[in-house]
Amino acid sequence: MQTANLLPLVLVLAVVAYGLAYMRSRAVAEPLGGIRNLKSLPFYYAARAALWSAIPALIVLALWASFEGKVIQNVVMGSLPADLAPQSEGQASLTLSQISNVAAGKLDPALVPEGIAGAAGLLDSLRAQSSQFKAILVLLITVLGAAFAWTRVMPHINARENVERTLRGIFFFCAAVAILTTIGIVFSVIFETVRFFGKVPISEFLFGTSWSPQTALRADQVGSDGAFGVIPLFTGTLMISAIALLVAVPIGLLSAVYLSEYATRPVRAVVKPLLEMLAGVPTVVYGFFAALTVAPFIRDVAELIGLEASSQSALAAGLVMGIMIIPFVSSLSDDVINAVPRALRDGSLALGATQSETMKNVIFPAALPGIMGGILLAASRAIGETMIVVMAAGLAANLTGNPLDSVTTVTVQIVTLLTGDQEFDSAKTLAAFALGMLLFIVTLILNVFALKIVRKYREQYD
Amino acid sequence: MNTLNSTITSEANLPEETRAQKYDDKPAETVIEEGRTVGKPLASDPKFKLRNVEVFYGEARAIKNISLDIGRNEVIAFIGPSGCGKSTFLRCLNRMNDSIDICRVKGSLQLDDQDIYDPKRDVVELRARVGMVFQKPNPFPKSIYDNVAYGPRIHGLANRKSDLDDIVESSLRKAGLWDEVKDRLDASATGMSGGQQQRLCIARAIAVSPEVVLMDEPCSALDPIATAKVEELIAELSASYTIVIVTHSMQQAARVSNRTAYFHLGHLVEVNDTTKVFTSPEHELTESYITGRFG
Repeated sequence: MQTANLLPLVLVLAVVAYGLAYMRSRAVAEPLGGIRNLKSLPFYYAARAALWSAIPALIVLALWASFEGKVIQNVVMGSLPADLAPQSEGQASLTLSQISNVAAGKLDPALVPEGIAGAAGLLDSLRAQSSQFKAILVLLITVLGAAFAWTRVMPHINARENVERTLRGIFFFCAAVAILTTIGIVFSVIFETVRFFGKVPISEFLFGTSWSPQTALRADQVGSDGAFGVIPLFTGTLMISAIALLVAVPIGLLSAVYLSEYATRPVRAVVKPLLEMLAGVPTVVYGFFAALTVAPFIRDVAELIGLEASSQSALAAGLVMGIMIIPFVSSLSDDVINAVPRALRDGSLALGATQSETMKNVIFPAALPGIMGGILLAASRAIGETMIVVMAAGLAANLTGNPLDSVTTVTVQIVTLLTGDQEFDSAKTLAAFALGMLLFIVTLILNVFALKIVRKYREQYD
Repeated sequence: MNTLNSTITSEANLPEETRAQKYDDKPAETVIEEGRTVGKPLASDPKFKLRNVEVFYGEARAIKNISLDIGRNEVIAFIGPSGCGKSTFLRCLNRMNDSIDICRVKGSLQLDDQDIYDPKRDVVELRARVGMVFQKPNPFPKSIYDNVAYGPRIHGLANRKSDLDDIVESSLRKAGLWDEVKDRLDASATGMSGGQQQRLCIARAIAVSPEVVLMDEPCSALDPIATAKVEELIAELSASYTIVIVTHSMQQAARVSNRTAYFHLGHLVEVNDTTKVFTSPEHELTESYITGRFG
């Protein structure tokens, strides 16, 4: 039986175990004079039965499914006659794919050596056996777990503690998954990054001022040595993010102040969801708004006042990105401003402070950590944003401080490096991982700094 | 004027022996005539002259046609059962009800013969003259110094740092807090004890040199020792300020106030000299309340 079929079956059995244990606990309680004579409520006995039947079975199922393939593979490869035994890793995977193709009926057994055909037969039978064993074992464990729990439905046993402990374990597991995934991502990037620094010196990468990741495909190609200096990319990223934050932070913060302190209830009820809708617009839409409307407008205005602007500019991308991240600032700030206790507000107003003085002197400092959180979220959105930049700011890696020039960002370069047909061990593609790693480190440092600043200036209310 | 009469349930006129069975018996009824307050609600040359005041929360009438004078440099205590409107009435005196959207105030409220609710009236100036101390101590999450200096700063009362230092010191001294905090003026106010926090709030209120201090149950979150300190402070402050204090503690009202006003379900039932209220109340509802039969 397939894992996909087994899984729902186990869950159904767990539900059945739940129902049986529930009824059993009521039946046990009946002669004692009601469920208040049980140590735990029937729900806990039932939940324990469901957990005991499902969890061990699911663990066994997961282990079996993850090791099944490897074990069978090893057995099959070991069974090959000596003359067919593979010499290298590449040869091994070739032989293996031959075997599985024969087993799947995609390859005529007559066309391959006899040893291979035999191995294919072995593979088939092993798979069938494994599948059967797995189904029997898992279902057995499910039923045994349920049966054990069923016999343990006794008035003096406290099922509640078991259930609470198990639930705590499940919650911990869920929390751990997120952390482990992050660690996993970091490690996978680290390995590729290390490989990249084997090809390009780290000093050139960090301090080089020119970015042109075209490496020669053939030895005799001219004019494409490749240059991997990240400085133009980071200045581009920082410039666009800074422009975006210059737009989003004042507008977002002031609109949050308006919404939370000045707007009447009906106005707030309409404006807040509308503002939050800005975050829901797909970035592609913002992208062509930036490329087709804002960028030409900026170019025309710049020409009018005698400046030279390219048709794709950092300013256009930054402005539109700023609009996009307004809700991150405004919505979160609005929430934290509202969370500042009314008593502080009243205290300030009662001293004769105006609404804006109260806002500036009391509410803003108290809400600062939350506001900073919103700004950080907006900043990481801005740094990570790709689509708007591709469409509105271009791909040219110019090292410039002029916002009217076309620039590019780290994320855009990662996208262009990894899309399309690529060799996965050339410096060009590996550079994408190094860029990702560097971006990760930079945002991490930004976060740490921001937290430090918040801790210094916050005014903590209880 | 509105002649609607409210019917109030009272056990005051039950004979002594049936009081034990009051929950079984159908209670007798006392009628309050609206707008009529027994005792001495009016005074000559008052600080506050309040006439026919009504407060609405949406449709609900929280204050029903109250007229009252509050004298200069007097300490007047508002007492009454929970929900009787005494805090609402107090908050009308410096327009703190303004921040509640659904709250409307009708009638004539005057401070030194100037209308408090005049639309042209500057609320900032009003609140600088009528300070307030709240039920729960609400120091700002700033240093002790900054808390006291807050009001003087926003009103521009000090030109130099040394002036501000003087105001802070004298306010803390008046609040009886100077000796306890003079070495840690830069420490956060939220780290103080509840009683210290409340005295800090009083210091903060008097730092802007108000003429009136409104106190909304200032001791309800404090322990008896802190309460005694705040009460001493009220007695000292009464020399230079008009004080209006809302309290649930009748002993406190008896200890600190010159006059006591008894509120009941939005009515002002009785106002009299404090000793009179607590020894020989004129209204039967007042008597029931101070003898602890309800409230």
